[in-house]
Amino acid sequence: MREISTNRITETIKRLCIEANCKLPIDMKTCIEKSREAETFPTAQGILDKIIENYNIAEKETKPICQDTGAACIFVNIGQDVHINGNLTEAINEGVRQGYRDGFLRKSIVSDPLERVNTNDNTPAMIYYDIVEGDKIEITLAPKGFGSENMSRIKMLKPSDGVKGVIDFVVETVEKAGSNPCPPIVVGVGIGGTFDKCAYLAKKALLRDADSANPIPYYAELEDTLLTKINALGIGPQGFGGKTTALAVNIETMPTHIAGLPVAVNINCHVTRHVKEVI
Amino acid sequence: MEIKIELPLTQDKVKALKAGDSCLLSGVMFTGRDAAHKRLFELIKEGKELPVNIKNSTFYFVGPTPKREGEAIGSAGPTTSYRMDAYSPSLIALGQTGMIGKGTRSDEVIKAMKAYGAVYFGAIGGCGALLSKCIKKCEVVAYEDLGTEAIHRLEVEDFPVVVVIDSEGNNLYKTGREAYLESLGEEK
Ligand code: SF4
Repeated sequence: MREISTNRITETIKRLCIEANCKLPIDMKTCIEKSREAETFPTAQGILDKIIENYNIAEKETKPICQDTGAACIFVNIGQDVHINGNLTEAINEGVRQGYRDGFLRKSIVSDPLERVNTNDNTPAMIYYDIVEGDKIEITLAPKGFGSENMSRIKMLKPSDGVKGVIDFVVETVEKAGSNPCPPIVVGVGIGGTFDKCAYLAKKALLRDADSANPIPYYAELEDTLLTKINALGIGPQGFGGKTTALAVNIETMPTHIAGLPVAVNINCHVTRHVKEVI
Repeated sequence: MEIKIELPLTQDKVKALKAGDSCLLSGVMFTGRDAAHKRLFELIKEGKELPVNIKNSTFYFVGPTPKREGEAIGSAGPTTSYRMDAYSPSLIALGQTGMIGKGTRSDEVIKAMKAYGAVYFGAIGGCGALLSKCIKKCEVVAYEDLGTEAIHRLEVEDFPVVVVIDSEGNNLYKTGREAYLESLGEEK
């Protein structure tokens, strides 16, 4: 059994909150810069230039890239040979509390969905635990803005709807979202599982690098097909027209029931933030 | 070419602006998002006095991050505007002439904009660090208890926006997309 202290976890989470919100990951930067080169529409080119200027300023000044510093979505893979001395969830929330306070990040969480009183420290974090082999803890922190989260959808398709049903639903979701989620967007797609697992897959898909491909060739191809179809819509950066509506489509799948074909689409924006650290 | 505009946005300025125009705004505007709009709306319904003067005002839908020492404001990009759709027509009827946000607006909002004369501007979503450079002063004028959602008075200089919907109801989200798709046809 390897011992890991809750202090170490708090310290790590705090640091990751600030880093994720002020420094756009390299995969996103590369993707945005490539899209800028491929963009043909002048208005769209101008907006992509501003987006690039913005994340450069943010990184230089350690200032949030976007004012919506998100709900702190934290994926924790815990090695089964790790022992944590204390309350892990509390240690994570303490890290969020400190990170959002000391990093001058916005507190965007309300304690009750209907009463809507701000908790003023951005807790609780949205935590996703998984138990894995080994004696390490892998933490991925992905602050999630809600302008794009609000444009996400899930549908329980019929097995007979097949791949065409999946494509239509994803493209329709992006078209309906239009200018709202700050295009260019990143599209996370979950296929399979149950109603809730499917939504989880879509969120998890957003953790993958924007320039990565699904390891299964069939789904890698489907990612390309979807990206091409989405970028033929013409919505463009900010919805002002252009080629660059989406920067990437990432698909995650899992087995499902004989009667079902769940599909979930989790939309993210050009400020798709994710940092990973292994303790 | 960018059009320089001094706020307040009076009717003559409203009428001159067309969807697609790039503008640089200077002067005073107010911030407001979900919670502040809800409170303003309730006061209007009850016929009570509002904490800010709405006539010819411009509202920026934003909830900034906290500022550091020496800064006027933290990151401050637009939030999605449709969440204000339920409240905007009442404010427009009271003389609000400018709104800055991102994303689509409802038919009711556009109808009010045409009837009373108002403009909906888009600022670039996700560019909060860049946009904050154009905000020179920021102070809370109402609902301090709402934190980031309080109404702040902003002094801005050359704040970059694009006219998305003008006072005649022309909509850049439609025309921009069409123009791009047409430009593809021309290439072929
Ligand atoms: S959708 Fe993304 S870029 Fe737009 S405001 Fe939200 S977090 Fe920022």
